[in-house]
Amino acid sequence: MKLYNESDHGTPAKKATSEVKLSVDGRVVSVPAGTSVMRAAAIAGIGVPKLCATESLEAFGSCRMCLVEIEGRNGTPASCTTPAAEGMVVHTQNERLKKLRRGVMELYISDHPLDCLTCSANGDCELQDMAGAVGLREVRYGYDGENHLKAKKDESNPYFTFDPSKCIVCSRCVRACDETQGTLALTIQGRGFGSTVSASQNQSFLESECVSCGACIKACPTATLMEKSVIDIGLPEHSVITTCAYCGVGCTFKAEMRGEEVVRMVPFDDGKANQGHSCVKGRFAWGYTTHKERVLKPMIRAKVTDPWQEVSWERAITHAASEIRRLQEAHGRGAVGGITSSRCTNEETFLVQKLVRAAFGNNNVDTCARVCHSPTGYGLKTTFGTSAGTQDFESVEHADVIMVIGANPTDGHPVFASRMKRRLRAGAKLIVIDPRRIDLVRTPHVEASHHLALQPGTNVAVLTGLAHVIVSEGLANEAFIRERCDFDEYLQWAEFVKRPEYSPEAVEKVSGVPAETLRGAARLYASGGNGAIYYGLGVTEHSQGSTAVMAIANLAMATGNLGRPGVGVNPLRGQNNVQGSCDMGSFPHELVGYRHVSDAAVRAIFDKAWGVKVDPEPGLRISNMIDSALEGSFKGIYIQGEDILQSDPNTKHIAAGLGAMECVIVHDLFLNETASYAHVFLPGSTFLEKDGTFTNAERRIQLVRKVMTPRNGYADWEITQLLSNALGYPMHYAHPSEIMDEIARTTPTFTGVSFDKLDRLGSIQWPCNDRAPEGTPVMHVGSFVRGKGRFVLTEFVPTDEKTGPRFPLLLTTGRILTQYNVGAQTRRTANEVWHPEDRLEIHPFDAEERGVKDGDWVKLASRSGETTLRAQVTDRVAPGVVYTTFHHPSTQANVVTSEYADWATSCPEYKVTAVQVSPTREPAEWQTQYARMSADQRKLAEPSK
Amino acid sequence: MSASAAYDEKLVYMANQIARNFSIHGEEKAVASTLDHIRMFWDPRMRARILDHLRAGGVGLEPTTRRALELLSLAATE
Repeated sequence: MKLYNESDHGTPAKKATSEVKLSVDGRVVSVPAGTSVMRAAAIAGIGVPKLCATESLEAFGSCRMCLVEIEGRNGTPASCTTPAAEGMVVHTQNERLKKLRRGVMELYISDHPLDCLTCSANGDCELQDMAGAVGLREVRYGYDGENHLKAKKDESNPYFTFDPSKCIVCSRCVRACDETQGTLALTIQGRGFGSTVSASQNQSFLESECVSCGACIKACPTATLMEKSVIDIGLPEHSVITTCAYCGVGCTFKAEMRGEEVVRMVPFDDGKANQGHSCVKGRFAWGYTTHKERVLKPMIRAKVTDPWQEVSWERAITHAASEIRRLQEAHGRGAVGGITSSRCTNEETFLVQKLVRAAFGNNNVDTCARVCHSPTGYGLKTTFGTSAGTQDFESVEHADVIMVIGANPTDGHPVFASRMKRRLRAGAKLIVIDPRRIDLVRTPHVEASHHLALQPGTNVAVLTGLAHVIVSEGLANEAFIRERCDFDEYLQWAEFVKRPEYSPEAVEKVSGVPAETLRGAARLYASGGNGAIYYGLGVTEHSQGSTAVMAIANLAMATGNLGRPGVGVNPLRGQNNVQGSCDMGSFPHELVGYRHVSDAAVRAIFDKAWGVKVDPEPGLRISNMIDSALEGSFKGIYIQGEDILQSDPNTKHIAAGLGAMECVIVHDLFLNETASYAHVFLPGSTFLEKDGTFTNAERRIQLVRKVMTPRNGYADWEITQLLSNALGYPMHYAHPSEIMDEIARTTPTFTGVSFDKLDRLGSIQWPCNDRAPEGTPVMHVGSFVRGKGRFVLTEFVPTDEKTGPRFPLLLTTGRILTQYNVGAQTRRTANEVWHPEDRLEIHPFDAEERGVKDGDWVKLASRSGETTLRAQVTDRVAPGVVYTTFHHPSTQANVVTSEYADWATSCPEYKVTAVQVSPTREPAEWQTQYARMSADQRKLAEPSK
Repeated sequence: MSASAAYDEKLVYMANQIARNFSIHGEEKAVASTLDHIRMFWDPRMRARILDHLRAGGVGLEPTTRRALELLSLAATE
């Protein structure tokens, strides 16, 4: 094992159609036009000394270390800012250059503490390296003059320190914040010798606009910005390339290790999804893996009021298997089911659904995508023929108009948001459709051309209204439609969208979006060049979630924005492996690769591979499992890596359903909220402790590599295998690669996927088969998967969740940058410092009307229940709309959300709940009861610790 | 309301919701699509339960839903 260090050519690669040939120190090299002399030299194998230059940032030319001589030109230009030219003859080393560089370096070192032996960057410091490279042997200037050596450290950020005494003011951190992250939180304050790096308006890093993405630390050539973990532990000695386990962007990281201890997670430059960038979660919030609350020993109990009993793995597995069989014997084969996890690997989700289908003998398997992107699956399969986004992330760099609908990328998908913002800063236009003024609407150097701040629950009206304008004004791309879509269906659809109820004026009455804003957005999307749509749960989590997805697909087809880079329909997936868990047959009606269980030919493949008869009938969805438990026909469940009590709607209903079951098996890292109703607890393993693959939002399959021994004893796929064997259905996989081989053997879109190929290529976007042996970055090129694209009539059917005198406001929910879903992971990290509680955003008008001030405790009540939390008065939300996050079990936002759901997929309508807000001084009754119960449950587990 | 009645009511709501969202395609297509959707996505016990409700009078079922379920019932007895 080795420490992986990417090469740094000093300046970014340039794309050009022509090449120039030059000579560097006698070596002839050919490079794309526009390439810097520094990069050309690096390509020729010559490292020009540098400090302010690094490959991820545009050249700056400030450090004066990279000076070269060019024949026929005067002076000693900086090689980083000088473009290579045809016939150029460059010299990087001679007496003049040596003297100049040494002199510059001497000045740097004269204001730098010489504590190299005890410095945290000792051995990993570019200043140290360059001092060696230029042969600096003495510093003639003493420390008597003015210097920065006693500058105060900023240790406010929980994850890194800023030590200005070591700063050489190269501006790499400032430029990384600008160019890579796009937050522009850092600046150089002062002039000349007084120049210093400053966060926001000379604030501490913690108080500043800094989002702790870590780009500045990665760019820093010294120990000025340094991870606290490196200061504590020391430098790593080897690294392993793996994939982040947070959001659906799927960032590639180097897990930098010392033995089995993670020293730091560094974003990998060659990662296709993240290109060397990261966010605060992936970069820093991995401490939950060793958190003291992690349960490492299996536990069982007869009743949920009994104390947990720590037992051996063998006993826990035997007990779980015997309970499943007992329930099936007493209540029928369909009395049990399972839930796969979008946090687990493809191989693990495949195994859980196989366990349910082959060992349980039914199709009662579902996954957390049920409550997020199941409408994406339904909508895109209906219109295009496959349940996935159409593009790769790189596509955004070719977009001219970006439409973001019901997504908040800077919080939910921050690394992709940085890439999107880079394109927007370069001139692409932006349309935002969201009830809230998300950060993208107005952020440094980015401003939306149109913000359609619609009333929650009116997506379909607005999207069909956009179609109305496009069709009525003759902006549809008829040539594309005739060639690629069913034209008769288009004509029918065009007549439908032209109806008066979808005119901008009519839609304004329903949605609150001004007619002219709607018109402007439609015109821009249809005629502004490449139009790319990115959407999130603000589209799917509605009673018409699937209809909205189809309305989006209609818009893309009508304008010809499909089948090439820069366009497309792109669902931004919430969890790391939502795409993968859906691909792997986690839905109760579909086998792997989105093939319906009623298809005899498909079942025959699995009958043969698994040696069983797969049930031809669809099984129960999560919500159906809960209902069936209350109704008495569903008695036991195996839940891998999901906390349905906190994440699913109407918490009281979920609690009652779980309470009605006789055997709840929770397989997770922590005693989550669902575990309060569990009879068996199987400790799970983290992404650092296992091998496998995740599939991100762009269908990119990437390897997850084990960097340490599972602290609980087994990887999750091994635990499912143990359970299956105990149930009498043998599984004998020696490694997850064998599971992937089975997936490839049985799934046409995965035929060409293997761990060996993934290792070789770095990643693969499915479909990957004989027709696309290295994968498919852009789908539906030339034709749709289903043949002709299908236009679907998307009638607006208002939700039955109505506001009225008792509940006059609409609640919508979402996520925040520093927390992740139910917070099981991020709440057990220092990320808590940024978001220690869920808060209720309320408009100043609504707050004043209720006598609520910023920071006040308020009661949030709906028809389902009530909770209390503190108010945040802000005009980010429109009057009549309130917003909160759902990261904290002490708030339990889902006590309030209703059971209304998408008509096609049962995806809950989290985004629309009629509520009332009132001042309060005490927690809701449910919160008090729940806090007591939760505390009791944790006490019941204490003897096992 | 008993848990059993609440469950029936929920299934009726779900079936009506499906039919309502297909209604834009016209009555005949909406009936066929509703039938197909319930066949393709509902677990057999849910289908059996709503057919029991239909046979018991089908309180709350919208006309399109009722027609789709009658076809489902017919297919189940064939």
